[in-house]
Amino acid sequence: MPAGGFLASQPATLWFLGCLALFTLGVTVLAEGFGSGTLSTSMVKILGMTLCLCLIAVAMDVVWGYCGILSLGHFAFFGIGGYAIGMWLMYARTEGIVTEALLSAPIPPTETEITDAIAGQIFGVVGSSELPALWGFAHSLPLQLAMVVLVPGLLALVFGWLAFRSRVTGVYLSILTQAMTLALSLYLFQNDSGLRGNNGLSGLQNIPGLDHVPQATLSLWFFWASAAALGLGYLFFAWLVSDKFGSVIRAIRDNEARVRFLGYEVEHYKLVVFTLTAVVAGIAGALYYPQAGIVNPAEIAPIASIYLAVWVAIGGRGRLYGAVIGAAVVSLASSWFTGGGAPAIDLGFYTINWTDWWLVLLGFGFVAVTLFLPRGIGGVFDRLVRKS
Amino acid sequence: MRPDPLRACFHVLALLLALLLPDAGHAQTSLQPLLQEHRAAIATPARGTAGAMVAALLSSGHPEAAEFLRRWQDRGVVERRADGMFLYSDDAGGLREIDGGMAVTGLTSRDVSPIRPNAGVRAVVAAALVPLALSDPDPERRRAALDAIARSPEAGQIAPLMASLDVETDAGLRARKARLLTLLTAQFGPDRADRLAAIEGLAGDIAIEARAVLNQITGRVPGVAASLPEGANIARVLEVGEDLTGIEAHDRLVAANLAPPRPTPKDLRDALAAQIEGGSVGGIPLHRLDTQAMRLRAYEALEAAGRVPPRSGPAEVTDAVAAHVFFETYTEPDAEITAAAEQALSATTRQIALYQGADLILDGLSLASIFFLAAIGLAITFGVMGVINMAHGEFIMMGAYTGYVVQIFVPDYTVSLIVALPLAFAVTFGAGVAMERLVIRHLYTRPLETLLATFGISIALQQLAKNIFGTQARPLTAPDWLGGALTFNDIVGISSIRVAIFVLALIFLALLLYILKRTRLGLEVRAVTQNPGMAASMGINPDRINMLTFGLGSGIAGIAGVAIGLYAQVTSEMGANYIVQSFMTVVVGGVGNVWGTLAGASMIGFLQKGIEWFNPSNTLAAQTYMILFIILFIQFRPKGIVALKGRAAGD
Repeated sequence: MPAGGFLASQPATLWFLGCLALFTLGVTVLAEGFGSGTLSTSMVKILGMTLCLCLIAVAMDVVWGYCGILSLGHFAFFGIGGYAIGMWLMYARTEGIVTEALLSAPIPPTETEITDAIAGQIFGVVGSSELPALWGFAHSLPLQLAMVVLVPGLLALVFGWLAFRSRVTGVYLSILTQAMTLALSLYLFQNDSGLRGNNGLSGLQNIPGLDHVPQATLSLWFFWASAAALGLGYLFFAWLVSDKFGSVIRAIRDNEARVRFLGYEVEHYKLVVFTLTAVVAGIAGALYYPQAGIVNPAEIAPIASIYLAVWVAIGGRGRLYGAVIGAAVVSLASSWFTGGGAPAIDLGFYTINWTDWWLVLLGFGFVAVTLFLPRGIGGVFDRLVRKS
Repeated sequence: MRPDPLRACFHVLALLLALLLPDAGHAQTSLQPLLQEHRAAIATPARGTAGAMVAALLSSGHPEAAEFLRRWQDRGVVERRADGMFLYSDDAGGLREIDGGMAVTGLTSRDVSPIRPNAGVRAVVAAALVPLALSDPDPERRRAALDAIARSPEAGQIAPLMASLDVETDAGLRARKARLLTLLTAQFGPDRADRLAAIEGLAGDIAIEARAVLNQITGRVPGVAASLPEGANIARVLEVGEDLTGIEAHDRLVAANLAPPRPTPKDLRDALAAQIEGGSVGGIPLHRLDTQAMRLRAYEALEAAGRVPPRSGPAEVTDAVAAHVFFETYTEPDAEITAAAEQALSATTRQIALYQGADLILDGLSLASIFFLAAIGLAITFGVMGVINMAHGEFIMMGAYTGYVVQIFVPDYTVSLIVALPLAFAVTFGAGVAMERLVIRHLYTRPLETLLATFGISIALQQLAKNIFGTQARPLTAPDWLGGALTFNDIVGISSIRVAIFVLALIFLALLLYILKRTRLGLEVRAVTQNPGMAASMGINPDRINMLTFGLGSGIAGIAGVAIGLYAQVTSEMGANYIVQSFMTVVVGGVGNVWGTLAGASMIGFLQKGIEWFNPSNTLAAQTYMILFIILFIQFRPKGIVALKGRAAGD
């Protein structure tokens, strides 16, 4: 099917891409257009990060909402993407600093001396001075970019192959994926994991070689990159689920056994979906963490992946724009409430301070959405569209 | 008058006697003059002077000397400023004469200056008093003396210990003396046969003091020489390439001043940097010195020109290492003794391995019962009913906080525990029933969405607890009778709380099995979970049963919370720490079966302790590997260890 025909058959996708383009334009104008910038740099960063979260939410929607696999481990792939790009960012930046320092020495440094100095800088905090083998590719941006795609992809492929092959489904699969992300985060918490233990990788907001570019501009670049990634990712998944492939995975969601009896290799379909979404999650993470500035093992604790599922559920499963709405609404509301943006409510005898009470509200909000809006916020849209 | 030789002899003898026993006259009368002879050492205690003074006082044979020293080291002696006389001061602040014990009145604290020996001086006194204290009439003093010997054993203690052994009346002290004598003999005994016998007696003895003695005897020091020294007690000869690397061997040579050190890359760089001339070193331009090979070439050029000292290159290192032997010698010179000690040690090591195995099993059992307690409520709500309750961990937390609140109101820890257990059950039972009625009931047809709704409740409850109790950990104190530990020997031991948790886990297992298999409620629960429609048509009210079952599972979580809170601290996040592990326990064990949960908890508990045993410093790694193992395990047994068969298995 030609691309034009595909888009013509998908008004929702066109609408979404249009909105995204408008939003990007709006943010750019507000941040740069009036000289000083109406939107602060940190706000641009938050919006860019939110777009990355929307991208992983879209991936989650495909794997859960379309294929019926409730993965509670997709944030692990997100984190791996962040670690992969973070290794290059940290290595290259430290290399720049170290080389500069060593150049002032009377004799030019050897390769080993540079590597040792970099390792000392990066791993001094965990009491080591050797560069682990894991960092073998860290000097090269293209190789680490390949890692962003390959490591989550391979992990998902192996894990998914093992799990789907032995027909682990439903809740069991959820718990298994949760165990995976727990194991990964526990592993990374160790100081000798080769990734700086609970310190994580930090200083990622400084891009090597771009020291002369102010953070305001950098954050806008990352915002554009995030918007582009979200647009492309959305387009790709919209195309994927619109085709016959989409029909098959929806059928797997609704009745796996029947699809198998019809002669489809259910496991292969699931594996493709699981792996593709993991790769997209990795890419989203690689764009997210340079804007956040730090990636540490706490990021991929099981609770993060549960939040991801909750965003998708609140936004509305089985419709890609629903995932985007859910992720954007919940994460932006979270930062508004916990950031002190919301005014405290004085009840006379007690003052409701939103930094303390936001999670309570959010928690009961989940319950309310699950009970009364099973199709999520996206479902409300559907109803309105159908009525008009 | 003719001199009387006999008489003269007598005079000489008397004179000699007087010389030999200089203080014989004082002994009967008073101690104070003797003390005045050593007044400097007594009035200003110092480690350097105390030894001689103590020896002098004790050798005087004065019966009160030991008592004086004891009081002196306990800071019970003061000096009268007016005349420098020493006085005893008792606890009430009263002063007494040293000789005769007459009370001295009319002195204020300004008239006397206190004497305060420091810890070092007191140790000197204590050591000197030990031989005397060994036959002291007070058994407490004898015990203290024995403890002092055990802390710092010395060769000189053998004789007084042996002497006091025969007159010891207390059986327990006698055994302790005999044991210390064995230890001392093994280490310092003058007679070789005695030592060998004592060492053999220590074989397989796992007590730390026995092991310390054997380790002392078999202590080794590394050595290096051109050839093996004659007459030394060589423990073993080290082969370069097998027991130690060439670099390590060379390091030992360097440490023993038998070879010049190897230059490090840094030395090389510094040496070159000092020889820069017009932008080049040794004829090589500076910018080309960015590899190790080029630097070595530059150094060789400098060496040829005689401008830097020669360095020991790889060939010299090899030659130097080959020209020497590396070995370890025992500090104990007698080879027969060390051989016996090594043999005794290996017997001990075997014994220790055995006990460590037993200890590991106890640890595993204890961890397994904690996992079981945390998971057993889940085994009902998730295992039997199929409800994924992410707020299960928060029920554990609620139980623990209930215990904490009860302790605020009921100060007696035993009573508060007795109150807290049923109250925690009641609180979480109520919470569970409310949750089932309000939320879960509407979601029975959508199991994955139960996960989301209960997760929402979980984070709301967690934050509520944080708002009410604050973020810092709250203590849940165990009563005294749970505070101790069950110690079998120096290696095998377990704290009483863990025993209590184990017992509690057993009680729950029995109770749950009884309820599910032997009561009407259990029958109805099983009927409703297998086929709600059919059960309803038989007159069972499924709503009521679901409510009660969920309440039961939640209530058990509450009690588990009290138990867990007793050995870990109570925080708002404590439940979250157990939730993933609990789900894994249930899944690994097999859903829908209490025995399965037991099997799952046992496997996970023992596995984790087993992995920790290989690498005790790293519990994080142990947890990681255990989870990886579980992931693999589920691949091969997707239905868990105890899988249901037939229709009960569902799909």
